[in-house]
Amino acid sequence: MALASLPHLSGMKKNDSRFNPYDDNGGSIVAIGGDNYLLIASDTRLSTGYSIYTRNQSKLFQVSNKSIVGCSGCWCDTLTLTRLINARMQMYLHEHNKEMSTPALAQMISTMLYYKRFFPYYVSVVMGGLEPDGSGWVYSYDPIGNLERSKFHAGGSSGALLQPLLDNQVGLKNIQNIVEESITLEKASRIVQDVFISAAERDIYTGDEIHIMCITADGIKEEKVDLRKD
Amino acid sequence: MFEVSALHNFGFPANSLDLLGNNEFQTINDDPIGHFHTPITTATSVLGLAFDNGVILAADTLGSYGSLARFKNISRVLKVNKNIILGVGGDYADFQYLKELVNGKMIGEECLEDNVPLKPASLHCWLTRVLYQRRSKVDPLWNNVLIAGVQNKTPYLGFIDKLGTAVKDTVIATGFGAHIAVPLLRNGVQKKPNMNKQEAEELIVKCMEVLYYRDARSFNKYELGIITPDEVQIKGPISIKANWDISQYVSGYE
Amino acid sequence: MSSIGTGYDLSASQFSPDGRVFQVEYAQKAVENSGTAIALRGKDGVVFAVEKLVTSKLYEPGTNKRIFTIDRHVGMAVAGLIADARQLAENARSEAASYRSQYGNPIPLKYLNDRVSMYIHAYTLYSAVRPFGSSLILGTYDPDDGPQMYMIDPSGVSYGYFGCAIGKAKQAAKTEIEKVKLGDLTCQELVKEAARVIYLVHDELKDKHFELELSWVGKHTDGLHVKVPKNVQEEAEKSAKAALEEESDSEEDI
Repeated sequence: MALASLPHLSGMKKNDSRFNPYDDNGGSIVAIGGDNYLLIASDTRLSTGYSIYTRNQSKLFQVSNKSIVGCSGCWCDTLTLTRLINARMQMYLHEHNKEMSTPALAQMISTMLYYKRFFPYYVSVVMGGLEPDGSGWVYSYDPIGNLERSKFHAGGSSGALLQPLLDNQVGLKNIQNIVEESITLEKASRIVQDVFISAAERDIYTGDEIHIMCITADGIKEEKVDLRKD
Repeated sequence: MFEVSALHNFGFPANSLDLLGNNEFQTINDDPIGHFHTPITTATSVLGLAFDNGVILAADTLGSYGSLARFKNISRVLKVNKNIILGVGGDYADFQYLKELVNGKMIGEECLEDNVPLKPASLHCWLTRVLYQRRSKVDPLWNNVLIAGVQNKTPYLGFIDKLGTAVKDTVIATGFGAHIAVPLLRNGVQKKPNMNKQEAEELIVKCMEVLYYRDARSFNKYELGIITPDEVQIKGPISIKANWDISQYVSGYE
Repeated sequence: MSSIGTGYDLSASQFSPDGRVFQVEYAQKAVENSGTAIALRGKDGVVFAVEKLVTSKLYEPGTNKRIFTIDRHVGMAVAGLIADARQLAENARSEAASYRSQYGNPIPLKYLNDRVSMYIHAYTLYSAVRPFGSSLILGTYDPDDGPQMYMIDPSGVSYGYFGCAIGKAKQAAKTEIEKVKLGDLTCQELVKEAARVIYLVHDELKDKHFELELSWVGKHTDGLHVKVPKNVQEEAEKSAKAALEEESDSEEDI
């Protein structure tokens, strides 16, 4: 192995002295929207290269009573973006005397990401919330604001690993002779835990703990589940 | 990295490296501004550990100029007010700038005369914004900062890097310490979850010794910052009494 | 008034035929409507005292303070429009901070006074602005140069003083201050004199209630401008009231 390929020695590479304003701090987010709930989960590992900054950093941000933003990637951008979203939510509340709806928040996040089109927030955003009719929906974004509305999504370092699993288990894709029915909260919760356990097996940037948050008409509940810590 | 390419930066037409047909540095020449984003006088790891009713920080007193041990008695653990201390690593000039910035902030706070002292979480957040704004101008302050303090009677330990990456934890170490000291500190915390001040100090001192043996940019003199609800202490410089007797058994690297 | 109806009093950018700038004089009048502020320069520091008039019992005590801290070592007492004075305090603070960041030392009062004076003066030159309706007293202490004190009025003119008074009872206060052996007294002694002068010049018939604000900067405070401690303040107010009693008794005898 070349000396310079060790991450903490990479500064020794002569032509690598340019400042890089981005870092990849890892982390995964999974969200599932049901008929009357929204489940969103992230792991709690924050890393850089082969080191772990902390084993206890959720990537979920509750921005209203009806919606939760999950954000992973470059942590400094995550901090900035989520703080700006919170500020905008507050301003909206004061101006309109009501909380911003989930679809409005979805569009706002897209606009905020695109605003930095030429110096993007290096993040993968998965936002989930209950819509005015009470159903749970998931909005996922690329770093420059492309937005998709769906019933389930996996984002972050294990996004590509988990999405096909969700397609199969939640979207019931590629299964023969199956009755299509919506997923119950209990089933969604089990799937979320299973996929995170699987991700932690294969992805070094996902692990430590799962932070699960669930929005229903009764309010928001949260729980933590252990993952492997190596 | 700095030592060699500095010549190129001023566009000297020829030197031995060019004649060798080594155009690896050409990219640096094309980007003179980017090239200056490199630390000059640097300080190595900072360690932080929260204990039962406070936090301890440690950092050595060496300012390195590349591999040259240039300044041997610099201080980088400082008291901000009665409930915040800072420990800073990375570029020393940027640290001095940051120090004056925090000092100016504190004067501004004192002028309010509201008897509400700045809390560690607030300073942590504020410094994160400062560092993030500088990285967003692609003109970073090349530092790792540990913010330690006591807030609502609970220990507070925060970290920021040059990008504005902010982290909160009970064990944090920067630089080489992230590789060498963090496992030792986490191990110590696991064995004894609720350490008292003395135990925390002993553990940190041990880590500083190990770092002195293994980190080539470290030094045998260091300072400790200890903060509890009733006291802020900056201790040191403390000397490490090194024992190199075992060094003869290390072989195979000659 | 000679200015009214002549048309020369509408703008700060025009002289009257007899060489006056009426807007500035009106600003000085605004200062004379406010409660009295004094400062005394002794042998080891400067003491500030302000008669802060409280026009309604519905106000919370301690609001709208008229003594400001500009930098750790500089105090400022003001008379006149409080909102204008706050803008000047902000300006003075940023000048002090800028000097600190450029030279790494606290700003000498001479320079701060110059800069704030120039700022105030600039507002007497243009038709688009109005002069500041406040006067201010700046004071500091440093071990080499001892205590220093300046007063600036709305025209931007400033002088150094041993003792000075601004506000509605400035004449009476000055007469009283002139009797004090300023150069011989310490801050501890001056604070009683200052309190006495404020109590003496306070017009109980016209302005019923007032709060006495006291602060000092001197050798005993390590060159820091701070509020006078509670017990010293109480002591000073007590002796001021006692002195007032004595005076009125002796007047009755005559």
